[in-house]
Amino acid sequence: MKNRFTSTIVKASLATAFALTSTVANAEGSLSIYHWFEYIPQEVLDKFSEEHDVEVTMDTYDSNESMLATLKAGKLGSYDVAVPGDYMVEIMRNGGLLDSFEPAELSNFDNIMEQWVDVGFDPGRKHSIPYQWGSTSFSVNRDMYEGDINTTGILFEPPEELAGKINMLDSQGEVLALASMHLGIEQCNSNRDELKALNALLQEAKPKWASFNSDGAKDVLVSGDAAAGMIWNGFSAKARNEGANIEYVYPKEGLVVWMDNVVLLKDAPNRDNALKFMDFLLEPENIAAITNFAQYTAGVKGVNELLDADLIASPETNPPADAPAGSFVAVCDEETQKLYDQIWTNLKK
Amino acid sequence: MKSQSNSQQNNIVPANATFHNQKNKLLLPAWLVIGFFLVVPVLMMLVYSFLTKEFRGGVIWEFSLAAYDQFFFDRGLFGDEPAKIDWTYIKIYGRSALQALIATLLCLVIGFPTAYYIATRPVRSRPLWVFLITIPYWVNLLIRTVSMKFLIRDNGPLNTWLLQAGIIDQPIHLINTNLAVQLGLFYSYLPFMVLPIYASIERFDFSLSEAAADLYASRWTTLRQIILPMVKPGIIAGCILVFVPSLGAFLAPDLLGGAKNFMIGSLIEEQFKGNAGNWPFGAASSMILLIIVLLVLLIYARNESHAQGAR
Repeated sequence: MKNRFTSTIVKASLATAFALTSTVANAEGSLSIYHWFEYIPQEVLDKFSEEHDVEVTMDTYDSNESMLATLKAGKLGSYDVAVPGDYMVEIMRNGGLLDSFEPAELSNFDNIMEQWVDVGFDPGRKHSIPYQWGSTSFSVNRDMYEGDINTTGILFEPPEELAGKINMLDSQGEVLALASMHLGIEQCNSNRDELKALNALLQEAKPKWASFNSDGAKDVLVSGDAAAGMIWNGFSAKARNEGANIEYVYPKEGLVVWMDNVVLLKDAPNRDNALKFMDFLLEPENIAAITNFAQYTAGVKGVNELLDADLIASPETNPPADAPAGSFVAVCDEETQKLYDQIWTNLKK
Repeated sequence: MKSQSNSQQNNIVPANATFHNQKNKLLLPAWLVIGFFLVVPVLMMLVYSFLTKEFRGGVIWEFSLAAYDQFFFDRGLFGDEPAKIDWTYIKIYGRSALQALIATLLCLVIGFPTAYYIATRPVRSRPLWVFLITIPYWVNLLIRTVSMKFLIRDNGPLNTWLLQAGIIDQPIHLINTNLAVQLGLFYSYLPFMVLPIYASIERFDFSLSEAAADLYASRWTTLRQIILPMVKPGIIAGCILVFVPSLGAFLAPDLLGGAKNFMIGSLIEEQFKGNAGNWPFGAASSMILLIIVLLVLLIYARNESHAQGAR
């Protein structure tokens, strides 16, 4: 038994050692993707694989921050592309984790919708192309709660009926941004009283939350484990399609908008294939297949005609007229970010 | 013990026909593996725990005690309040130790009778029983833990059956509670308890307990005075094998406990792959865990050697 126990440890260490030292072989015709979970249908990968005779491998992550941590922990140089959200593109760009390309290197570059070319997090699109965009808010199971849900108070000061039945995304940037909107305070704040209030709000809300779960955010709503859950709009649409009687909320205090982007990673072992893949994703037909799967919105021209009728009409992608404008998660300077990191650590411990 | 058995055997077989003279060489591969894959990472961890945290993950190569300071002292949200002892992390360690202890006791209570039963089966059928015990290990721990999550959820099969059978009239709320974590730990590590105890009981000479019975010892006395002392090494090995991994487990707290209350394992994991990553703090937390485990094992080893010296 003991041998078995030690051998498990040895195996684990071996695996770690390999992961740390081995660099993926630069064999012709491979592409290594680091992607969010459940975000691309296998058929799209297969199609790329066939069209370009490229062997595709993919690992997944469940938050922007954990993706960054993994890349920083020595995985940079083993992946070609990753799919960070807007603020994370900026962080990675500032941190020198991205390679750049010229628009001329992508034959479909002009397919990017005008409003998504000159974006704040990557002006002129030198490192990234749009993948999907959407919003982050929360959904409520209407069988379990019938009251007014049009407020972030559902999450942060929940009514009695929902206490203990709320799932939160395990995503620092989005949770803290939404909590700030609830208090009506700025993001990247260094006002001590306001930060203390933010800290206190989260500390008081925590006992009323059941769990922190991102990759299970859909399942807990479908299974009924959670009566309300912070969630991304498309993921909520999927939960609804799987039979949950849930309503995606556009709370009056505001909600988070985001755009995920395919970035070219620094030291990509297969830079050419990475660019081919990006070009492939700028074809309306291919990106539309992903949009139909993930239920978000693409940033490429000519996609709308190719979308499923359900998706075009879905409440998760059609905010009501009185819905507030969403805000991107802001990128703070180091001093300020440390305070937010501290608040998050306080919350999780 | 060891030298005794060696010399006995040497009397029977010529020394050069065996590997006995090569004892050290036999251990060489094990030493190399342990030396490289255990000592090196532990040393790395030790070094990292004294470095400075880099913004957004990673370390700066500057000596710092900040990680240990953060573990024991609370300086407020802005880091400028007078330091007071921070019980948060100590509580996390206490909570994990308690969880691990309860899981160990549960495993012992269920595992001992099981092992006893197997060891008293006919020799021919014992391998079958041992084989049955190891069946769950054909399935990955992650998958077993996720399945458990499905079974115990509020409207999952367990509650449905209990409700239908009329045993309960309200679903038992298990998911995302400490009890669920305990159940997960207990279930994951039960074989680690059964197998070493089985190995001990199997070697136990049952004529001894028969002799005790002949001398009018009650069954309870026989168990306490004869069997338990003889199989104690197996019980202790089992307890260590359950307690130590339970202490650092992170799958069960993460999946069954809702990742809401940190256990040692999830606390450390969060430092390396989580949102507000802090490598030196993760390394320091691991070192503190390592020291606690070593202390427990050392105390056990000392007690053992004292006890043997007394004999």
